[in-house]
Amino acid sequence: MLENVSPLIGSLAIGIGWLAIAALALIPSGNAFFARHVAFPLGALAGLALAGFGVGAVWVPAEQMTLPLGMPDLPFHLRIDPLAGFFLMLLGSVATGISVYAGGFFRDEAPGRLALIGLQYHVFLASMAFVILADDAYLFMVAWETMALSSYFLVTTDHREPAIRSAGFLYLLIAHLGALAILLCFGVMHGGQGDYSFDALRAAELAPKWATVAFLLAFFGFGAKAGMIPLHAWLPEAHPAAPSPVSALMSGIMLKTAIYGMVRVIYDLIGGVRWEWGMLVLAVGAGTTLFGVLYALMQHDLKRLLAYHSVENVGIILLGLGMSMLFIGFGHHAAGILGLIAALYHTLNHAVFKGLLFLGAGSILHSAGLRDLNHMGGLIRTMPKTAFYFLIGALAISALPPLNGFVSEWLTFQTALQAPILENGVVRSLLPLFAAMLALAGALTAMCFVKVYGIAFLGRPRQAGRAAPAPNGDHGHDAGNMERFGMAWLAAGCFVLGLFPTSFLLMLNRVGFSLTGHGLPNEALESNWLWLVPTAPEQASYSPLIFMLVIVAVTLLTFALVRRFYHGRVRFADPWDCGFPEQTARMQDTADAFGQPIRHIFGPIYRMRRHMPAPDDPAPRFSIEIEDRHWTLLYLPVARLSGLLSSKIGLLQRGRISIYLLYSFLTLIALLVFVR
Amino acid sequence: MNYAPGIGFQILQSVFVVLAAPLLMGWVNQCRAWLQNRSAPSLWLPYFTLAKLFHKDAVIARDASPLFRLTPYILFGCMWLAAGIVPVLATDLPFAPAADIIALVGVFALARVFSALAAMDIGTSFGGLGARREMLIGFLAEPAMLMTLFTAAFISGSTQLTTIVETLAHREFAIYPSLAFAAVAFVMVLLAENARIPIDNPSTHLELTMIHEAMILEYSARHLALIEWAVAIKLFAYMTIGIALFVPWGIAEAGNWAALPVAFASLALKLAFAGAGLALLESQLAKLRLFLAPEFLSAAFLLAVLGMLTHFLVRG
Repeated sequence: MLENVSPLIGSLAIGIGWLAIAALALIPSGNAFFARHVAFPLGALAGLALAGFGVGAVWVPAEQMTLPLGMPDLPFHLRIDPLAGFFLMLLGSVATGISVYAGGFFRDEAPGRLALIGLQYHVFLASMAFVILADDAYLFMVAWETMALSSYFLVTTDHREPAIRSAGFLYLLIAHLGALAILLCFGVMHGGQGDYSFDALRAAELAPKWATVAFLLAFFGFGAKAGMIPLHAWLPEAHPAAPSPVSALMSGIMLKTAIYGMVRVIYDLIGGVRWEWGMLVLAVGAGTTLFGVLYALMQHDLKRLLAYHSVENVGIILLGLGMSMLFIGFGHHAAGILGLIAALYHTLNHAVFKGLLFLGAGSILHSAGLRDLNHMGGLIRTMPKTAFYFLIGALAISALPPLNGFVSEWLTFQTALQAPILENGVVRSLLPLFAAMLALAGALTAMCFVKVYGIAFLGRPRQAGRAAPAPNGDHGHDAGNMERFGMAWLAAGCFVLGLFPTSFLLMLNRVGFSLTGHGLPNEALESNWLWLVPTAPEQASYSPLIFMLVIVAVTLLTFALVRRFYHGRVRFADPWDCGFPEQTARMQDTADAFGQPIRHIFGPIYRMRRHMPAPDDPAPRFSIEIEDRHWTLLYLPVARLSGLLSSKIGLLQRGRISIYLLYSFLTLIALLVFVR
Repeated sequence: MNYAPGIGFQILQSVFVVLAAPLLMGWVNQCRAWLQNRSAPSLWLPYFTLAKLFHKDAVIARDASPLFRLTPYILFGCMWLAAGIVPVLATDLPFAPAADIIALVGVFALARVFSALAAMDIGTSFGGLGARREMLIGFLAEPAMLMTLFTAAFISGSTQLTTIVETLAHREFAIYPSLAFAAVAFVMVLLAENARIPIDNPSTHLELTMIHEAMILEYSARHLALIEWAVAIKLFAYMTIGIALFVPWGIAEAGNWAALPVAFASLALKLAFAGAGLALLESQLAKLRLFLAPEFLSAAFLLAVLGMLTHFLVRG
């Protein structure tokens, strides 16, 4: 039945459907059952359908449509092409899992608040769909701002806490700086013709200077939303503040709309990608990757840590995009498309595993009432199912085969290994160094998630008498059914994306082809579904399914052989105490201790304040505070400067109506003089 | 295409590696004993140790999770897979395209993550300490390892180990500056990744210095045996990767079954040399303080980068 609906109509219907669910959630606001068991699951079904339409759109020609809405002479234009289809698939499939989870997660909310969350949540989803569907700058900006505002309200759900209000303010501020840059970018691209539809922007011929200006505005404007350094400061504040499903939506999907915007504007609307742009993107991407993971290693608040990992993963996506732009700029289109595929694949992967990890963090918060890693421990015993799903997410984000994170990093490495075809010697030698940076970040991520998993789920509980009980009073039960379904959905996504990469490669190849008119070499496309071949079979191949099967088979075989030839006898005893019987759970490694070697090696990167107790202190306490250097180097000076300027401008404000009338009068005179 | 002989050989090779790995361990220990003027243990001692461990009853801490009991099997499985990918005797390995050098590094990383997680499972301070240090060494060694492998990949234009080996084996007998740099870097990474001196000491039980041993303190009996065996396979795999990259001559190429005896003899010879060299290195070096490990491994990384740049400069 659904096959006969065109993807554009279908996606539009889903967007409107989400808006309708938002309105529905508000009506019976006294009824929490409705919101939990009807509104959120309906939203999830809509997401599933949207994913289907998105996949369909990748394989058919682009479709356009004009809506009789908007302002006079400025109707809304919609368009769906393979790029939009891919991102709609991402949005729909990830939102499916998160929505089901949200239905379970908000089980303890008061009905009134739940109705508001339901409204904002579905408006947020719909606005993201319209960002992707928009085909003119006007609708794009309207949807973009709706997205920023609805997510702002979701972040400040617990607005009675001052810390959450200030986190929300920071988010709104940076979101608007970014939006301003995007608006200016559209202005530069359109060059005074008065037509803001994307078709017109695409057709406009820009002088190289103006194209670069437009690129810079788009890069930094969308980068602010994506969380690239140095505009990342809102992420580690806003994500911990928001309820967990909202963090998952923001980190998993909303950051990706920024990547969508970047690709749309740079590859499609500006066109004519230059390699110098690629170098800038690569440099920023490398910095973002390293800073993100190094700061993540220092965190002990689980959600802050995940937020810094989002920064890191955006960096990895930017590395792929940068390489792609570099190769396309030099005219090597096949390698350029490979880089684009790697970046977009990582975009999808990150949405899936980061969504999963945020949901897992939410379940811990919900069941054990804990967010600080230093108080956790041994959760695998009380929440074994959550522990299992979280392990999959942790392995996936650590880029370990055979899960999905590895596939996209592998593709990025393969792109970097195309370096010898470049003519420019310096760039050719630099490219593998960026790959090394990626390898370093991958290994550091693995370390960070060993820390997270080892401290939160393994070991013994550190919380004796210190944990704040969950709102419902108990600590120590597994996540509920709906929460578990949400996590299982995304965990399955990690496996599907990790084990069957070829079908996604073909899909992304079509996206790249529709944007640039070039694709991967035929040799790469002729391989069957089992083998992932980015260039040619003799150059590189990877078969995650065989990989997985061999590991599983060999592990089972070993188990069977050991059992067959020896025995399965086990005795249980206390852990070895090294002859010191008074060991307590507090003697285990903490999150801060785990990061200590990193602090030692990368010391200059952090701004640290250590408090060392004196040797004769009877009650010694050691404390260390680690701050993001960007605050003192960038944000606080800018804040001080703008404070200073505002106080100067504030002098104009006298609070008396006659003075304001005088200002209006003077302005009118000045305008008359200058403009006539 | 007829895959049957290839697959048969594939299985044969991986079984051979798994069975022969403890022998290499025994040989290294024997050489080390000789160099230190001790009377050497038997070459077969690692096998006896494994057999003894398999017969014992496993003692497990009360609150161990399933992850703890599963990890030895996963480690062993990962190493077995690695042993199947590396061309040891011949380059005709039908499974090898399933995982290239990047995936190979991924397998080692997977094993490392699982062993670090298992170390943290019981909740003793030693386990956490060992896991933390192991991951520290890991993140320093992995980029250096990848850079070394990338140098070889750039020379042969492929990330398939079998293709790399075939390309390199066909080059004339000469010293390539890029490969020389890469080889030194590779040896340094090998020492670090296999918990050898100067980074770690495989025969220590001193709390302050141990890394790998601290992680496996809670293991006993069959679980310990599997881990020890996996460690031996890892050393074997690393050595054969080194041999394949830097001295590939003598390996039997695709379809050339007659060359197998020669390949076998040359492999035995090369491994004997490599094992003796490892023992020599270990006897000559002192263990580094933990925080000198970053310097050691960043030196390895820089050497690997130099090797790669040399390749771009002189195409050699």
